[in-house]
Amino acid sequence: MTWHSLTDWWWPYLFILLAGWLPTDIWRYLGVLIGGRVREDLEALIAVRAVATALVAGVIAQLILYPSGSLAESSVFLRIGAAAVGFVAYLRLGRHVIVSVIAAEIVLIAGLLFS
Amino acid sequence: MLAPPLRVIDDGMADSALSPPQDQDDDDLKTRFSWFLSGVSGIISVPAFILMTAHVGFAGFASENGVSLLQASFMVATIWALPANIVLIGAISGGYSLVGAAIAVALSSIRLMPMVAAFIPELRGPKTRKITLLLLCHFIAVTAWVMGMERFQHIPRNMRTSYFAGLGMTLTLTNSLVVALVYFLSTDFPPIVFAALFFLTPMYFLTSLWGSARDRSIHVAMVSGLLLFPLIHHLAPAYDLLLTGFAGGIVTMAYVRWAKARGQAA
Repeated sequence: MTWHSLTDWWWPYLFILLAGWLPTDIWRYLGVLIGGRVREDLEALIAVRAVATALVAGVIAQLILYPSGSLAESSVFLRIGAAAVGFVAYLRLGRHVIVSVIAAEIVLIAGLLFS
Repeated sequence: MLAPPLRVIDDGMADSALSPPQDQDDDDLKTRFSWFLSGVSGIISVPAFILMTAHVGFAGFASENGVSLLQASFMVATIWALPANIVLIGAISGGYSLVGAAIAVALSSIRLMPMVAAFIPELRGPKTRKITLLLLCHFIAVTAWVMGMERFQHIPRNMRTSYFAGLGMTLTLTNSLVVALVYFLSTDFPPIVFAALFFLTPMYFLTSLWGSARDRSIHVAMVSGLLLFPLIHHLAPAYDLLLTGFAGGIVTMAYVRWAKARGQAA
């Protein structure tokens, strides 16, 4: 059974539910069950939060180092440099997200235009 | 748009079984609804805007791969995880079977399990029922996770489910509409615009996650995740995110134990 197996209007939607919604939300439901158990245990809570935070940091690294689409054609050093400038601007200029985003974008766009 | 207020009323009724006075109950309902609206208003914020730009890119990707407007919008609402959506479209255009596509999506979505597990203790109030959490967990994806972790500390514990219901549903619904609209208009931008837009997301995650940390363990987890990811990606690309989470978690717990031991010695 593939995306093109049936020509009925509802088949793509059933395909999305079975191959997209189900294998995604099942992990969320398991997360609710696990999260309900760590409530009392401070050590377990810190551990679960550490795993989740490191994982989101992995997502950040992935988006910067191995991006998809138009960003993939830019130099990896330009992206790391832009992210570093943005992060330092965040730390030094009053910890505003928007300041960091603007600083990183200026470096990135300048790098893309002059390369 | 009837569903969100109904769920809030439903929560209020569950509480009323425990607290008989009617006027107090009405107040509780009003407070819940105003927190729900406060969550809804989270759509007008920098992170919500950044998420919308990411979905602008997704609409283009869907249309290039022969997925229709309604199907793309349906994917955003039902799956609500951008990487899973991109994997699913890749599997569709690669001619995968239903089972093959489901396995590929399941691998990309495992990361949601530890994320939700860490989110639930922050989200739940003293009287929150499991069914409420099971309904709300669908709206947890990276952006909503970062926003929630950052904002929950300013929200009374028993109002967090109402707040997150407003925030999560509005983000999901709005982005489903953004995808439909961008698809419909078939908006096209020069590549440099897309490149600049795609860079907003990691910068937002990086700074707001750093800023939301309430203790040093979060910073240790972030730095180890950022540094370990390229190494693990090189060794095991299929499981890179999950392994980064666990390896970063181990490093962080070692740090926590070490800091505790040093604190006791001093």
